[in-house]
Amino acid sequence: MTAMPPKTLYEKIWDNHVVYEEPGQPALLYIDRHLIHEGTSPQAFAGLRAEGRKVRRPDLTFAVMDHSVPTTDRTLPILDQDAIKQFDALEKNCRENGVRLFDMNSRNQGIVHIIGPELGITQPGQTIVCGDSHTSTHGAFGALAFGIGTSEIEHVLATQCLVQGRSKTMRILVHGKRPKGVTAKDIILAIIGRMGISGGNGHVAEYGGEAIRGLSMDGRMTVCNMTIEAGARAGMVAPDDTTFAYMEGRPFVPRGKAFQEAVERWKLLKTDDGAKFDATLELQAGSLAPQVTWGTNPGMVTAVNGRVPEPGSFADPNDQKATESALKYMGLKPGTPIVDIPVDRVFIGSCTNARLDDLRAAAHLVAGKHVAKSVKQALIVPGSRGIKSAAEKEGLDKVFREAGFEWRDAGCSMCIGMNADVLPPHERSASTSNRNFEGRQGKDGRTHLVSPVMAAAAAIAGHFVDVREFDVAHVE
Amino acid sequence: MQPFTTHAGLVAPLDRVNVDTDQMVPKQFLKALTREGFGRILFYDWRYLPGEKPNPQFVLNFPRYQGASVLLARANFGCGSSREHAPWGVKDYGFRVILAPSYADIFYNNCFKNGILPAILSEEQVEELFKRTEKEEGYTLTVDLPKQTVSDKHGLCYKFEIPPARKEFLLQGLDDIGTTLQHEASIAAYEKSHAATATMFEPLDVKYASNSR
Ligand code: SF4
Repeated sequence: MTAMPPKTLYEKIWDNHVVYEEPGQPALLYIDRHLIHEGTSPQAFAGLRAEGRKVRRPDLTFAVMDHSVPTTDRTLPILDQDAIKQFDALEKNCRENGVRLFDMNSRNQGIVHIIGPELGITQPGQTIVCGDSHTSTHGAFGALAFGIGTSEIEHVLATQCLVQGRSKTMRILVHGKRPKGVTAKDIILAIIGRMGISGGNGHVAEYGGEAIRGLSMDGRMTVCNMTIEAGARAGMVAPDDTTFAYMEGRPFVPRGKAFQEAVERWKLLKTDDGAKFDATLELQAGSLAPQVTWGTNPGMVTAVNGRVPEPGSFADPNDQKATESALKYMGLKPGTPIVDIPVDRVFIGSCTNARLDDLRAAAHLVAGKHVAKSVKQALIVPGSRGIKSAAEKEGLDKVFREAGFEWRDAGCSMCIGMNADVLPPHERSASTSNRNFEGRQGKDGRTHLVSPVMAAAAAIAGHFVDVREFDVAHVE
Repeated sequence: MQPFTTHAGLVAPLDRVNVDTDQMVPKQFLKALTREGFGRILFYDWRYLPGEKPNPQFVLNFPRYQGASVLLARANFGCGSSREHAPWGVKDYGFRVILAPSYADIFYNNCFKNGILPAILSEEQVEELFKRTEKEEGYTLTVDLPKQTVSDKHGLCYKFEIPPARKEFLLQGLDDIGTTLQHEASIAAYEKSHAATATMFEPLDVKYASNSR
């Protein structure tokens, strides 16, 4: 008998989901969980209807309203007629096809990538897709999770499968311990800064190393969430005791003996010794500082104690041009210390950083302080209603309100500005979201991506500050 | 889907790296319920001044590039959001071919589903095509998918890259849902053998909706 060749976690999950394969052709891959939202699904359902096809596995499909929902009082009428049409379409599509829908008044509603894990729909070893690039978030549980387009949504609805080619694999190791004030967000921003926003193209990344193992599930989700910003389709962390402890007791997770059996299966989900990756990146957590983006993509990032770069400091002429145009858009002069940049608005929210750990850390930092007068708005948008009510039980809403923040209902909000929460033209935000593309938070808006504690500190100071010099006693 | 074999058309250059899909179709247009009409709003914030007046500074508005059907682009084209609205816009605007050194994965996938050919050329080849497009008004290219070539009338002929399965998909204009459904027996067999993971544990304490709306 020959020994099985060592496999990576990605290869194990892949092999376990191949339904059909011909040599040299992409495989037909089974999809365990399909998540959908109002933004990218209507055309998929319309396509299905046009062909007279049915949803094959409504029981494995979950829908939620998140992108366009108001974060203000939901008992008030919605003014945005187009958003209403989206909600109605999703409601009708789900009703006709027997798909479970968390509508905006469900107490379990929230951002799709937040409620999947929160409710235990997301589980280790699964294949999970959603018409949304940040589906990579779910990889934090040792699942293979990635974003798909609308035609692929239609394909999954009709067949519960996807036609996929194998990705290359990449291992990202973050060694050592994180310094105080350096969060999961800073780790992933530093990684993207190192790799560039296309460095991961064609790859699925698996994270490891002491600093990753030391992260809570909330932190691991932040890291996997932004993996797509480095171009990699998916990010993964092998499940461990932290994962199992998080899973236990969640609504969609089996209970009792069935749970113990599941844990035994999940324990096998790790990369074998000697398995080969196509690429490896290693960094030392100890050398990292809190990060702030200065440009118009997440790879344009530097340490908080750094400066806005000179376009001429880049070797590649393409980078020089891109930096020039980014600085023009951002209204920044080369050489400006990051801590001298003032902020107009602060947004703590999104599927990157709106979980309980994020809110707790930000609340500890602002407790007893007040948002600077120069800051026009400071928003806290919990990632889900479940998180919102958990935070309220701990009194975090009160801490934020007393410090001058607005405490909102759950949704995507100013991450994308599809509802009323938009960054006005030429205003500058400190945002805990994942994208700083031109116009992402609002036309001509200027986004700086930071961690929740960095955003909270900027709200208090009115400009970016190094949280390590601020008050990091409680910052995890 | 309409099969793709060869295409000849006017080239329009978009000289920017890392063009993201937020830029192609900004968020305010993501509330549409159909796939139609995204050509008008493609590159909206670059293309229009307030009041939807064409911005004369933006390259696609130059008179010489009107009617272009081949989009010449830079590295990592289509990064960011998975929104398929971006390729719908590209197609509806009139582009059938994109030429670039590299693409972001999800956008690349989405192109094929819409019959757009995203051909991969080297950085040097793309650079040369930018030069030629700039120099010669009315510069056209002929793209031959079976032969995997891009050529102009001055004798330039580049071979482009495309994975074989993708090429076949475009050539045949396949309906991939229909193709997958032919494997119904394999799918059903998979579901049976993986019942433990392919079924849902049903909780009682989850709330899907409230009646207040
Ligand atoms: S929070 Fe932002 S990134 Fe996340 S799903 Fe919503 S819009 Fe997308």
